[in-house]
Amino acid sequence: MTAIGATMRSELIGLGGIVERNVYLTKRYFLWDVAFMIWTIANTLTIVFIARAVHVSAAAENTLATKLLVGAVIWAFLGIIFEFMTETVAWERWEGTIEYTFMAPISRVMHLGGQGAFAVLYGLIRATILFFAVVAFIGIHIPNANFGAAFALLAIASLSFIGIGMMTSVLPLISPEKGAQLGFVAQGLMLVVSGVYYPVSVMPHWMQLISKLSPATYALRGDRASIVSGTGLVWADVWPLLIIAAFATPIGLAIFHRGEQHAKRKGKLKRSG
Amino acid sequence: MSTLAAPTSSSTSVRGDVPAVEVRNLTKVFRRRDRKAGRFARRRLPALQNVSFTIERGECVAILGQNGSGKSTLVRLLSTLLLEDGGEARVFGHDVFSEARTIRRLVNRVSVEASFFKKMSAQENLSYAARFYGMPPSVTRTAIPAILEKVGFPPDRRTESMQNLSRGMQQKVALARALLTSPVLLLLDEPTTGLDPRSKLEVQEFIRDVRRTHDATILLCTHDMAEAEALADRIGLLDRGELLFLEPVDDVRRRYGVQTLEQAFFAATGREFEEEHADDELREVYG
Repeated sequence: MTAIGATMRSELIGLGGIVERNVYLTKRYFLWDVAFMIWTIANTLTIVFIARAVHVSAAAENTLATKLLVGAVIWAFLGIIFEFMTETVAWERWEGTIEYTFMAPISRVMHLGGQGAFAVLYGLIRATILFFAVVAFIGIHIPNANFGAAFALLAIASLSFIGIGMMTSVLPLISPEKGAQLGFVAQGLMLVVSGVYYPVSVMPHWMQLISKLSPATYALRGDRASIVSGTGLVWADVWPLLIIAAFATPIGLAIFHRGEQHAKRKGKLKRSG
Repeated sequence: MSTLAAPTSSSTSVRGDVPAVEVRNLTKVFRRRDRKAGRFARRRLPALQNVSFTIERGECVAILGQNGSGKSTLVRLLSTLLLEDGGEARVFGHDVFSEARTIRRLVNRVSVEASFFKKMSAQENLSYAARFYGMPPSVTRTAIPAILEKVGFPPDRRTESMQNLSRGMQQKVALARALLTSPVLLLLDEPTTGLDPRSKLEVQEFIRDVRRTHDATILLCTHDMAEAEALADRIGLLDRGELLFLEPVDDVRRRYGVQTLEQAFFAATGREFEEEHADDELREVYG
């Protein structure tokens, strides 16, 4: 095997190690995950029930409920990705393993990529359960839904989400106490400009301009169209996601690298307590 | 020699014509709040000041020092977890700060805190950690039970959560984690602090065994003078960031005309080893 081949193999094994660790942890915290899932379903119901309170025709009410549900599911999905990415540092600091991970010979691309890959996989499973649980509970009719296209678009959008998540994952390196919470601020800001429960057109013009830079805008628009109308993958939603991913990932890695250097200079790359 | 698998690229990174560790004028300064001087005032606290030493391949060197003397800072610098403020450090000829990826394949460490995912078992913790060093499941399937057996970890407790294990057991798993990747430089930062006497002796015996069976160079940082004397070829004294000496224990005794290392510390610093000042506490960045 060539040196490059051996390095790549070693890196991919390292990426697998990150995924493996998260699988172990998910198994150990399974009951907590079930409890969290129940909370997410309850939270989503509080949003989707709004459609029942609007006095419109049954068909319009069904469409509104579906659109709200898609927004809530993507909010939950994005929440998982941001949580995992931001917790990359925060969790390891809490457990005390941070120094061992950062002194291991795995590149930061694979380290963060592994964390992102698991987050997407785990997030998609949770999003699917959430979606169908609420559909069944409310009794939403989605006869035209194109689930393949919706999944595919969410997977493509995940590349950008991981890139942006890499940017937020640096926050606990800079501020061990409050950094992780700031990740959720970033998530909220991204969704508010992306039309999470409303069309982008209802926002002020300057917010509509910002919404063009958010991958969630295209994920929400495309997934709503796929679930409500059965639309397939639309290139107009795909290409902006690919371009945002192409920029967000290297920028995310560069920001993380700067944060890591800062932490190494200031002695912040250490366990809590 | 070790029967465990070595990381694929480490062998090519270990040069035989250079010392295992070369440190020249290594300096690290932290800035800490100084409330007495004002609300936003900061004070420079040198954790390491122009530290220089060399460790030959296969040697075991102990660095003694009080809390806040700079021992942990030195270990973290050599582990690529800190950036220097001056000087240089090389491991087998590789610059620690500009060739961090290469250094990481050569070095592993055991610190005072065992540091594991506490809900996960010893086997799971070792398994994922080994992947970071490029060890696939086909290798760890046999290597993990072998190394755990070697450190005296009971086979029937491999799948038990780390949180259920005693400190001594956890520290054995920490030693196993460090040795699993066959490091050529092993950094031990107070590996027996807080252990009961029996666990302490077991860990010390294991360190001796590592010296006998592995091609590893060991840097042991401790404040346990008896441990340093029992395990190391040479002993150094780090005091408030300055390395006062690094030589065989008999030379230390001769130099100061004393019988014990405690007396040597007093002769070198004018203070008792247990005596600490407020500054030492402030200096203790890594407690």
